[in-house]
Amino acid sequence: MATGTEPTTTDPHPPGGVRSVNRAAIAAPHLRTDRWWLAPATTAAGLLAFIVYSTWRAFANADYYAAPYVSPFYSPCLAENCEPMKAGPNWEIFGSWWGISPAIIILIFPLGFRLTCYYYRKAYYRGFWASPPACAVAEPHKKYSGETRFPLVLQNIHRYFFYAAILVAGILTYDTVLAFRDENYEWGHMGLGTLVFLVNIVLIWAYTISCHSCRHIVGGKLKHFSKHPVRYRMWQWVGKLNARHMMLAWTSLVSVALADFYVYLVASGVFDDPRFF
Amino acid sequence: MSSYEARFKVWRGDADGGGLEDFKVEVNDGEVVLDIIHRLQATQAPDLAVRWNCKAGKCGSCSAEINGRPRLLCMTRMSVFDREETITVTPLRAFPVVRDLVTNVGFNYDKAREIPSFVPPPGLGPGEYRMMQEDVDRSQEFRKCIECFLCQDTCHVVRDHEENKQAFAGPRFLMRVAELDMHPLDAAAESGLDRKRAAQDEHGLGYCNITKCCTEVCPEGIKITDNALIPLKERAVDRKYDPLVWLGNKIRRRSASSGG
Amino acid sequence: MSVVERQEWDVVVVGAGGAGLRAAIEARERGARTAVICKSLFGKAHTVMAEGGIAAAMANANPHDNWQVHFRDTLRGGKFLNQWRMAELHAQEAPDRVWELETWGALFDRTKDGRISQRNFGGHEYPRLAHVGDRTGLELIRTLQQKIVALQQEDFKETGDYESRLKVFQECTVTRVLKDGSRVSGVFAYERESGRFFVLEAPAVVIATGGIGKSFKVTSNSWEYTGDGHALALLAGAPLLNMEFVQFHPTGMVWPPSVKGILVTESVRGDGGVLRNSDGKRFMFDYIPDVFKEKYAETEDEADRWYDDPDNNRRPPELLPRDEVARAINAEVKEGRGSPHGGVFLDVSTRMPAEVIKRRLPSMYHQFKELADVDITAEAMEVGPTCHYVMGGIAVESDSAAARGVPGLYAAGEVAGGMHGSNRLGGNSLSDLLVFGRRAGLHAAEYAAGVTADRPRVHDGQVSSAAAEALRPFSVEAEIEEPAGGPPENPYTLHQELQQTMNDLVGIIRREPEMKQALEKLAELRVRARRAGVEGHRQFNPGWHLALDLRNMLLVSECVARAALERTESRGGHTREDHPSMDRRWRRINLLCGLTDPTGGLTATDPLRGQIALTRETTEPIRPDLLALFDKEELVKYLAEEELYE
Repeated sequence: MATGTEPTTTDPHPPGGVRSVNRAAIAAPHLRTDRWWLAPATTAAGLLAFIVYSTWRAFANADYYAAPYVSPFYSPCLAENCEPMKAGPNWEIFGSWWGISPAIIILIFPLGFRLTCYYYRKAYYRGFWASPPACAVAEPHKKYSGETRFPLVLQNIHRYFFYAAILVAGILTYDTVLAFRDENYEWGHMGLGTLVFLVNIVLIWAYTISCHSCRHIVGGKLKHFSKHPVRYRMWQWVGKLNARHMMLAWTSLVSVALADFYVYLVASGVFDDPRFF
Repeated sequence: MSSYEARFKVWRGDADGGGLEDFKVEVNDGEVVLDIIHRLQATQAPDLAVRWNCKAGKCGSCSAEINGRPRLLCMTRMSVFDREETITVTPLRAFPVVRDLVTNVGFNYDKAREIPSFVPPPGLGPGEYRMMQEDVDRSQEFRKCIECFLCQDTCHVVRDHEENKQAFAGPRFLMRVAELDMHPLDAAAESGLDRKRAAQDEHGLGYCNITKCCTEVCPEGIKITDNALIPLKERAVDRKYDPLVWLGNKIRRRSASSGG
Repeated sequence: MSVVERQEWDVVVVGAGGAGLRAAIEARERGARTAVICKSLFGKAHTVMAEGGIAAAMANANPHDNWQVHFRDTLRGGKFLNQWRMAELHAQEAPDRVWELETWGALFDRTKDGRISQRNFGGHEYPRLAHVGDRTGLELIRTLQQKIVALQQEDFKETGDYESRLKVFQECTVTRVLKDGSRVSGVFAYERESGRFFVLEAPAVVIATGGIGKSFKVTSNSWEYTGDGHALALLAGAPLLNMEFVQFHPTGMVWPPSVKGILVTESVRGDGGVLRNSDGKRFMFDYIPDVFKEKYAETEDEADRWYDDPDNNRRPPELLPRDEVARAINAEVKEGRGSPHGGVFLDVSTRMPAEVIKRRLPSMYHQFKELADVDITAEAMEVGPTCHYVMGGIAVESDSAAARGVPGLYAAGEVAGGMHGSNRLGGNSLSDLLVFGRRAGLHAAEYAAGVTADRPRVHDGQVSSAAAEALRPFSVEAEIEEPAGGPPENPYTLHQELQQTMNDLVGIIRREPEMKQALEKLAELRVRARRAGVEGHRQFNPGWHLALDLRNMLLVSECVARAALERTESRGGHTREDHPSMDRRWRRINLLCGLTDPTGGLTATDPLRGQIALTRETTEPIRPDLLALFDKEELVKYLAEEELYE
């Protein structure tokens, strides 16, 4: 055999994929014996749970502020129908015409960031689209064009959502600072909620900074690291976080939901925020 | 120390058809799947075709699928299986079969030729190359590739869609593009070749949906997705989808041309 | 039989390892239409197994290094048996060959100032090995492979055909070099995939098939190393040189059994790894031979200081040339101080932090983890000698790499003899491939260009007898009906018996009666091999392939055994228990192997007479200016009286 001069026969209507005519005749779409379905199933279940929860909370338009805590789903609050929060993220850019939950305006950004994130793409392509469900397990689709066409070609705008995500993370940081007040807006206090917010904001930042686009922007795009020692350092640093991007994606997803849920519990009066000092 | 009899199913046949054949075969302590295939050759099936070479995970010849997962036969120890388990060995299922465990991997050699080679920097002679270790680290990781083509085999873009083979270079060769684009002295850009744009336009980078199977199967542990494919996608974004960069280039080019 | 397809080329290169690819690149760049034939897939050659590096006196790590020092080290390592002109060319040209690789895209590890980093290795006075971690061979083969693709891309632009001037026939085996009178006229080959025969007509053939390790049981070599090139040359009438010198690498894996023999790179020792016996003793201090006494440390302290301060301390004895270390390990095991699986301990875990080990020896870490379930950062490796390299090979002209006596035949790399003398230094193999691969390609292309008016022809008779020979294993079953034979033989069984014989009787330590016994066994195997039969058909049939390779292994094994029996001294890769010391009178003697019956091919089945005839040859004296590079006291140890005063 010469190095690949043989034309690969292309039947116009092949049975397709691993069952194409010229491949080893094996009827089974895959021969994996392990529980390959477990990972995509867990992923799908986890994402679904978050979608259900966040949809409910985003449209609820209630119980998102319990001084000094504002739910991360509603921050910043950009419409007139927001609850007033003292020194909080109330910026009525959208004015009074906005009728539905103000969470919808701002959630677009973190949602877009996570939707176009390189990790989440893998997760939902595998979990929801089964493209592929697992490695070497045949996918059920007849045609596949990946991210070459609309709408999936839009995944390429991930870095814009990254810029937006930095702004949002900045505001949530501000919210966390505000959480060092008590319910009477006195500074220098801390409650269980403050701790929840602190954990959340650390994870949000870690997830945001560990983003592949961020890694590219801080240094990955360079050809010569040796000429940019500071950016090289930063790139190495982001790279270390980036290796944990999946873990951070999940933990920050859970923490943001927990932070919101905490605010919900306090705001709806299920219990009072235990104060440390 | 101890030996036992294992049950194997090995795919035998050729392009005209074939199927899984049952074998019972002795297994000794410390053996790998390739040893067992060799024992079958020596004792039960002298004409069982298998491709292999170094037997130390360095040449990437003995790629096959074991219990449905793409692996190197020589690097899969028998001790990872249960003694009761029936072990299924088939040829790579993304490529045309030749005979038994041997497939025609010509697709990969075709794709290798489509990637424009390293462009030496003009004006630098042999012996004058100076490169810093931190600048070659990234490309060196990709050059660990032993070309076993397991990533090409597992990638659903071509495994599940024969028709995509035309347009898609596969993880191994997109990684090659990344390797050259990150090579500190590659002069492709100066010679008018834009590797970042070519990755998207010529080699089908957009088909990759970063589901990471290539990274999962890589016997060299190369982080193909995180270190080659995604950075390459980001570089393609710089060229094609970033209006700021596009605008910047436009202005720079205009001022350069008006400047004479 | 159907007509065998023929193609015309200018240069045919047999083998696609480092030497073959380098030869092909050179021949094509010199304008010759070049075909490469290899048994494996393109890019899988055994060269990928080379770990340590490429020896070249670039003086990046130590400014005192130059080609003269490299030459000196090479001759010392080879115990002055080297073809000195080859060693000279090698030392002079190696740096250029390495730098050239960078212009083709190779990425070596770097020094602080951005040049190619060089590491220490056994027998080399200065850090000299250009390397990429411990996967230098892979880098070399990939770079050459990619250079070939680059040339094909150029040809595609010009002619619309990637393979118009340079084509790789992968997974094909050459079984005969064809001749027109005394001159080479082409090769006869078959496609492994289909079993189809074909002939490449070419006036120049470069043999670059590597070594013979598969004739030994414990070997670091892959299945391809069946001595094909050695046998092809012999059958074509070219002599083999000094085949008794077989290098046993001191450190091969000894456990588990299925990987026994797989190499543990010398870099482990170069970077600080030490050898210990079961008593925990660093035993190498007891095995420093007299000729090396001044160069090696006598205490552990001094040896340990050397890694950081090589100018003021002598090197650790773990870095003695390979033959010395292999013999030492062999002796320790024999005296009952071996490790549980019959080797000794090679330890880096107590010498370097785990992180450093993983960074500097990544593939060793990987190899032990995956294959033996041993974490080398936490425990010692068990290692023992393994058949690694044959210093002997096709006798060639030093400058042109032309095989002696057969116009149009060239040889480069491990298959060529002479360069390394009686023992090869680590790192000198990759540089040898590049230097002489290039020279072979260059001279083959020039030779081919010179005979265009009078191209040698391929004769039909040779083609059909080659085809008949190749098909013989299929007809054995039918022939067996006749009483002349015996039962058909399983080629796998024959191969195992051959390996056992060579390993036990012509292995690392040799004795006269055992070698005689080996020759008898080889004769028996040769008779049985004629009855090696195979089932099935010609399409990718490994049994058939092995049956054909057996011819080559038997020929080569006989060369090794006969030459080893003849040389009554111990030198480098040839150790005689009954003649334990080096004999200066043997320094000038080369042993040449030829066929006993050059016309009759393989009909020499007479067990006593054998197929191989030996001739002695006295070498040319070493050029005075090269001799002047050594101290007189040192030369006295190696050279015979009369040589010193010439």
